[in-house]
Amino acid sequence: MPQAADAHAVLVLASRFDSIEVAERALVETCAASGCAREDRYWLVTALREALANAILHGNRQNLALPIEVEYRLAGDTFTIMVSDQGEGFDPASIPDPTDPENLLRPSGRGIFYIRQFMDRVEYSTSSHGGTTVEMTRKVQPLEGSGEHEEHDS
Amino acid sequence: MKSTIRDLDDVRIIELSGKITIGSGDVKIRELIHQALDTGHSKIVLDLAGVNAIDSSGIGEMVACYTTVTKRDGQLKLLRLSSKINDILQVTQLITVFDVFDNEQEALAALRG
Repeated sequence: MPQAADAHAVLVLASRFDSIEVAERALVETCAASGCAREDRYWLVTALREALANAILHGNRQNLALPIEVEYRLAGDTFTIMVSDQGEGFDPASIPDPTDPENLLRPSGRGIFYIRQFMDRVEYSTSSHGGTTVEMTRKVQPLEGSGEHEEHDS
Repeated sequence: MKSTIRDLDDVRIIELSGKITIGSGDVKIRELIHQALDTGHSKIVLDLAGVNAIDSSGIGEMVACYTTVTKRDGQLKLLRLSSKINDILQVTQLITVFDVFDNEQEALAALRG
């Protein structure tokens, strides 16, 4: 069965929400160039956006002096995204379950849950700068094998 | 995110398109809902047919809007979700909170029933 072509990219981004759009464009281009299925691309982008929003808002607290590093790596059928901030770190286990009935109407607290739902493996560790690194992987299908056709946004 | 507002008698229909994500669309939804309530429209339909992406901030804002509208004795219905937005509501079980419709007439009937 054909696979998407291997790829690797590293971005260093400012801690502001505009950076999420930059990172998304780079991810979409990486996926398109390597031939990932659009279905996989959608969920990779969703997980990336959540991880970056957490890094910008809760990690670096929108401090423009603290950059965020993002890495994409496609090897074989495994797409890995790493997002590292320079914040104070956090315990992902301390985040309440958003599907618990008492949390259902809370306006926040779903980002990490979504990442875990849409990626196959998610690990948190301390980054080289002392902040948080989230490493998340997803098995991806090649564009050809999914029966999809590449489209270009106008 | 872009929005278009239509009023059908006592119902406000807000058609959204683009992204409902952190720092942009999420705040806009809040403004649109408060604007509707402040102008006497407590029956609101959010038409999401043109929305191609939503994140946890956008979902959180929709939940907050639902709570705001309900507390003011109003009703908020969701219309024409994409399959992926439906998936996003499913996994967090919010699909059990929102009333979701595939066509406008059904949503209007539910609001007026």
